[in-house]
Amino acid sequence: MALLDIRQRTGYLFIALTIGHIVLISAQVNTERGVPILEAVAFGVFAEVQRAASTAIGGMQTSWSDYVALQEVRRENERLRTEVAQLQVRLQQERALAQQARALAALLDLRSEAELPTVAASVIAGGASPDFRTITIDKGSADGLRTDMAVIAPAGVVGRVITPTARAAKVQLLIDRNAAAGALVERSRAQGVAVGTGGELRLDYVSGTADVQVKDTVVTSGIDGIYPKGFVIGQIESIQRGQGAFSAIRVRPAVDFSSLEAVLIVLTPPPALDEEAPGTP
Amino acid sequence: MRALGVLIAIALALALQTTLARFLVGGTAALDLVLVVVVYVALTTGPATGMFAGSLAGLIQDALSSGIIGIGGLAKSIVGFLAGAIGQQFLVTAALPRLLIFLAATAVHAAVFMGLYVLLGLRSFPSPWAAIISQALGNAAVGLLAFALIESLPGVIERRRMRRRL
Repeated sequence: MALLDIRQRTGYLFIALTIGHIVLISAQVNTERGVPILEAVAFGVFAEVQRAASTAIGGMQTSWSDYVALQEVRRENERLRTEVAQLQVRLQQERALAQQARALAALLDLRSEAELPTVAASVIAGGASPDFRTITIDKGSADGLRTDMAVIAPAGVVGRVITPTARAAKVQLLIDRNAAAGALVERSRAQGVAVGTGGELRLDYVSGTADVQVKDTVVTSGIDGIYPKGFVIGQIESIQRGQGAFSAIRVRPAVDFSSLEAVLIVLTPPPALDEEAPGTP
Repeated sequence: MRALGVLIAIALALALQTTLARFLVGGTAALDLVLVVVVYVALTTGPATGMFAGSLAGLIQDALSSGIIGIGGLAKSIVGFLAGAIGQQFLVTAALPRLLIFLAATAVHAAVFMGLYVLLGLRSFPSPWAAIISQALGNAAVGLLAFALIESLPGVIERRRMRRRL
């Protein structure tokens, strides 16, 4: 067959290139490394290109909207929008605390919890491949970001930081096929794991006999050491019982990932990193 | 000169994929503009260039994603090679053969990409058919549009020259 005639030079090149890729893939799959150096370097360099492109497009958008709209009204609107976003996050925290207090008042020592330290960031790019649900934000390790820090939005949980560089970071969205978060049903406190399916979420490991209903709100349980407890993940869309020990539950994410513009990164480091830090008790 | 053109096309596709797609559909576009560029390059230049373009573009895309570096590269180099070989063996200038090639390229890419991830036990893709079909249609539409635009450019320039002369 002419297409795969290995006697041709292109055929040899094709085989050599395929072997090269297989060696490259094998090297990564067999080792227990963190982020590959190639990925970190490529991402760091391209993040600057993305930042420039985003700034250019943002600049064009801004000048256009400033030309059309009244400048003062727009500024006021933006200020109010930021304020509402901050208040919505605060409301979620207060809501989570109130829920905990109501359900477990007798068991808690009711110590005052400090507010979560967060840093705001803008989304400067989407994912490079449609098979991975990631975004790039304009804050990086220079702003205190580290791997596995939770990323939230006023509506709920967005994802976690996976590759921070100095001035940008890649965030894995909760709907990515490789993403998961400890979760519980807010009303009944039934525990499970929220797992990304590429476009939405499913709630795994919820017992078939657990008290779960459609439209129940699913929140983070905090047991994964990444996401703070009580943040909204989504709402139960459908439940299929009677398939083994666990129910098949579909969850609609609370965050509209198609219109994300700004996010907040929770700066509290995950417990595992705390333990590794030198000099920490 | 041709290599520079291919590099620029890949860079442009990546920039469009990551930046402009976010403004249009929030970064969750069912399009792979890089794959479209690879197929275009392969059909217009042949299997060798298509293969190297696919390999380079896929590796960059892998490095920018959170997956294994090389899987996308391998998938795109296979697509580049096959599309280029088909383009050399058959006459692929009409819209229908091109549409079929873009559809097939997306299917082959998805099969290699998802197949390797499943084979290595790194990811699962439960019922991916809807996503593959929508991406194949999207890629084919963009690919055909790109061909139509690029092929109409010399004619437009020539007509403008003629008008100026008159």
